[in-house]
Order: sequence, then structure tokens, then C-alpha cells
Amino acid sequence: MATKDAPPRWDRKMQQRLARGEAAALGELYDRFASLVHALAHRVLGDERAADGITREVFAHVWEHPDAYDPKQGPLRSWVAALTARLAVQRLRATETVALAHSGEGSTEELERKVRRASVAARADYIVTSMPAPLRAALELAYFQRRDYRQTAVDLGVTEDEARRRLRLGLQLLSTAHDAGAPPGPAGPGGAV
Amino acid sequence: MTDANDDHEAYGEEHSDEGGGSVPPGGSVPGSSPSGGGEPPRIPMPRASVEDSGRPLPELDASESRPVPLVLEHPVLKALLGAWALAACSAAETAAVEEHLGECGACADEALRLRGAVGLLHPVEPLDLDPGLRTRVLTGSFDRRPPRIPVPEWATPYDAETARLDALLQDIGDAEWHAPVRLRWFDGQAPTSRRTTVAGVIAHLLTVDGLVAKALGLDDPLGGEADKATTPTARTEAYWRASHFPPTHSIRTPWREQSHTIVRTVSFTGGSTGRLAVSYGDFELPLHDAMLDRAFECWVHAEDIADAVDYPYQPPSGRCLNRMIDLAARMLPAVLAERRRHGLASPGGRHLVAAGAPGRSLRLEIEGHGGGEWLISLDSPGAVGSTEREVAHIALDGVEFCHLAAGHVPPEEAAAGQLGDREAIRDVLFATASLSRM
Repeated sequence: MATKDAPPRWDRKMQQRLARGEAAALGELYDRFASLVHALAHRVLGDERAADGITREVFAHVWEHPDAYDPKQGPLRSWVAALTARLAVQRLRATETVALAHSGEGSTEELERKVRRASVAARADYIVTSMPAPLRAALELAYFQRRDYRQTAVDLGVTEDEARRRLRLGLQLLSTAHDAGAPPGPAGPGGAV
Repeated sequence: MTDANDDHEAYGEEHSDEGGGSVPPGGSVPGSSPSGGGEPPRIPMPRASVEDSGRPLPELDASESRPVPLVLEHPVLKALLGAWALAACSAAETAAVEEHLGECGACADEALRLRGAVGLLHPVEPLDLDPGLRTRVLTGSFDRRPPRIPVPEWATPYDAETARLDALLQDIGDAEWHAPVRLRWFDGQAPTSRRTTVAGVIAHLLTVDGLVAKALGLDDPLGGEADKATTPTARTEAYWRASHFPPTHSIRTPWREQSHTIVRTVSFTGGSTGRLAVSYGDFELPLHDAMLDRAFECWVHAEDIADAVDYPYQPPSGRCLNRMIDLAARMLPAVLAERRRHGLASPGGRHLVAAGAPGRSLRLEIEGHGGGEWLISLDSPGAVGSTEREVAHIALDGVEFCHLAAGHVPPEEAAAGQLGDREAIRDVLFATASLSRM
């Protein structure tokens, strides 16, 4: 792996402030990441209240274990996303296991497939939200607005070559969602839940 | 992410493929399966070519009705794979790509992978985060690990309201920042208003919150203009004048950073600064009241913005609302006295009351959300509200009371249940509306 840039100052500062027990820091962390956390949890669990629950879990976890995040390992944003996906997938597996035991319908394989699908979807969403904005804009036009790449180029004010390049690169990034069963998580404190 | 690496590095450059387009088909493209003439992976058909052709299902002569494949080189075809996977190419290009996929294992692999990625795209769901969730998340976390540096009680409404407004601002498009907004208030005698935009409202909040920042020793967003302009209105006008261009969405960052910094700073200085005076030019408020005032203004203007961009917006939590109403109720006796001095309220001369003694009072009963009861001393800010000397009673809904105090409801029209001295009631309703500013 290439050497990572020094972690952004904001991430390091935030971790120090959380560790110091500064309540205002948790508020700022929430303001920055709550919509990401909630959306990822919702993608995995497909339920508003369950996503609220995971959101509470994630921020409480970060607040209780501020040292679990190591700024040298990467951006805080990725770490929080990975933590969210991990907790949400755990929750999904737990509820599905209970449901399976209860109804007796379905199989463990189906359960595993469902869990895996959910974690790939969460990973894909995270990749879309964190990819460079020009790539996201191109995908948005071509996929959601159903523009062809020539129209996309005009809309974005770039050459057709560039539009094709962005679409391909955006999809290449997105396809990495399939590569790992779960997001590269913090080896984090698994006993949290 | 092996097979994308070369392109990642090239990102930001132009024509990455054309430059290095000498990769032989199936050759050194990383991530390709061992190629060979064998069986390339089956590639699903793109959406458009299936759905858009209204022709009968092609049979054996299908190849004749298909567009004649263009003759394109491998690098060009490879560069088209993303557009192809998204069904965003012309029919001729689609045909050329598909022809090529039968021959080139590397491209076929990538095509399969990119088509799979398309299936991972989901429409972004509107993120209607429950506005109460932030408070629940914070309290839940603080129950588990009590903060060593808490946010003072009196600063939490400001913290919550700025966060709610920010969530709205993050949800609106760049164009909506220029949506017209009419700021309305009651100038003491009649309703008045001023036109601006969504961004102009945030500039207004930034400059007036700046009064608190200044009192705390932080940077004043108004900079050098601050000496001449001391009142909220003068500061806002000065800020609007000083910017050559109308404010845009870029105003959000300085406003949000300042509000975060204010919350952070008052947390550090803690309870001791609560009584620090914040100057509004022609009057002062202790810091803890100024923070409530700013929370109130933030909500009121968030509603203005929400109306302008047609966005749903809820009133503050009951706890926040109750504190805001309490601030208004505490400010009313002084406002009544001020209006009396200017001949805008009935003379209290015949009811002189010594400071600290019980005086004529109006019972303000706030119903519902954030409700409670307050006794408003009518004759002097120094007098004490008294049940024995209660001469009037008004009852109204908490949100309605706040809209009155924001100058959004004219005092004559406030939906209030009224009982007792009509003059006293009129004076209090007008004084409440006079609490409003731009």
C-alpha cells in the first residue's frame, strides 16, 4: 500500500477532544457524520428505527472508546463508516438469526447471502459518497438521469473522452465493493455490541 | 482494487487511456483472467439496447438488423466500457464493444465487473434524519461516559438549533441559496419587513452571532466594520454592504464554524462566563440569555428559510422552547417600561411600586409544547409578579407565543385566550411583539 498522507488535522484534533471528554466535540462529530452513519445503517437494515439505533450505538461507541481510532490508519470518516457497517451487519445477522429460529423458514445459507448482500450494498454506498465529486456527478447523470456519455460531457462541460473516463473510473471504484466481505474495519473492539 | 490502479493514478490527467493505449488486448492489463481464445465470460446485455428497440425479437437474421459495428481500437473500446455498462453509448458503439468483448478476455472481465457495479448504484434516499435524534444520541452517550467538559445547560438550545438549521442547509441545492426570503418583524408600532435571500439570512445570523463571539474574545466576522455598527441591524446591513457580491452557499462554512466555536468556547469557560455581558448596541444581555436569544433567532430564521425553499421544519424541543419562552417572559417587564416611557403603553403612573414589592401582574399561560405559567410584572421591572395582584390572564400556544415574539404574528391577531384588564393584555401582547428584531 502506498504511504498514506498524514491524517487530516481535523481528525486528529477531534480524537483528542473526544478523549478529553469534551461534549461539544461529540456534537460536532455528529454534525459531520450522522447522515453518513444513518444512511449506511439504513441501507443494511432497511428500517428507520433500527438505523436510529445503530446511529446511537456508533456515536456512543466512539465517545466511550475514543482511542479505538488510530489517525495513522486512515481518515476518521472511513473508520466511522466501517464501524457503522460492522455494527449494522451484526445487528442484521442477529435479527435474521432470531427470525430464522422462530419461523424455521429459510436456511443459514440464505441468511449469509442476505447479510453479505447488505454489507456489499453498504460498502458501495460509502464508496459513492466518498469518491471524487466529478466521478459521482458523471455517474449521477448517466445512471439516474439516463444521459448518454456525450450528453454527460456537455452537462459537465468536459470532453467526451473525459466523460467516458469518469464513468469507467467511477464504476471501477464502485466495483471494489464486491472485493471484501466487509469494509476494511478497524480491528476494533468487537465486544462493543 | 487491482485493475483500477493505473487509472487511479491518472485521475486528474487528461486522456489516460489514449496516452498509454498500447496495451495489447488480453496482454498486460492487470486483473485480467488468463486470456486465450477460449470462452470469454458471459456479459449481460445493457439495459437500453433491450428496452429501447421496439422491434420483434430478432431470430437468426439478428446480425443483419444490428447496427454495423464500428471499427474501433482496443484502447478506445476499453475506454468505452464504463459508458457501455451504464448503457450510455450510441447503438453503434454498443455493438462495437460487444463484438470486442467476444474477443478480448481482459475487456470482458472488466465489462462484467463494471456491469456488476452498476447494480450497486442506488438512488440517494432523502435523508430525513429525525431532528430529535441528535439530542438522543448525545444524552445516550453522556449517560455511558459523563463528559469532563460539558456544554452548559444554557448553551444547549443554541447547539441544537444551529445543528437543525445546518441539516436543512446541507439538504438544499446551490440555487436555493438565492431564493428570496422576507424577514419580518414588529418595529414597536407596526409590522415591517426586509427582503434578502437564504444566503443573506445566514449572513445575518453570522454577524449577529458575532456579538457573542466578540464578547467571548473570538474573531468578529464583521472585522473592521464592527466599530461603527453595534446593533444587530446595523451590523447586518454593514456586512451586506461590505460584500461586493450577494452572499452564496459559501457563507455556510463561516457561520457553522463560528457557531461550533461559540459552543466549544462557552463549554471551556463553563458556568463562570454565564453572566458575562453581551452588548447588542443599545442593550445588553448576560451571556446565558444571549445564547438563548441566538437559539431563538436561529429557529425563527430557519423557519423563514424553510418557508422560502418549501422544506418541512419543526419547532424546537419542548425543553428548548420552554427556555426561550422564559427568556421572553423575563424580558417583558423592561420592554413594558420602555414602551411606557415612549408613550406606547398605558401609563403606569397610578400604580407606582417599590422595587422588590409585589405589583400588578398578568398571568401568561403557555399551553402545549414547552408550556408553563409566568407572572409578568406590569408596573415596573423591579416589581415582583404576584398572584394576589393578578389583573389579567392570557393563554396561548407556545409556538404561537414565539411567533408573536418574533414579530411574525401581529399582536392584534395573536390567538390568545384573554381574561381581565384589556389594557394590560394589549400592552403585554404589543410588548411581546416588540421583542422582535430583524
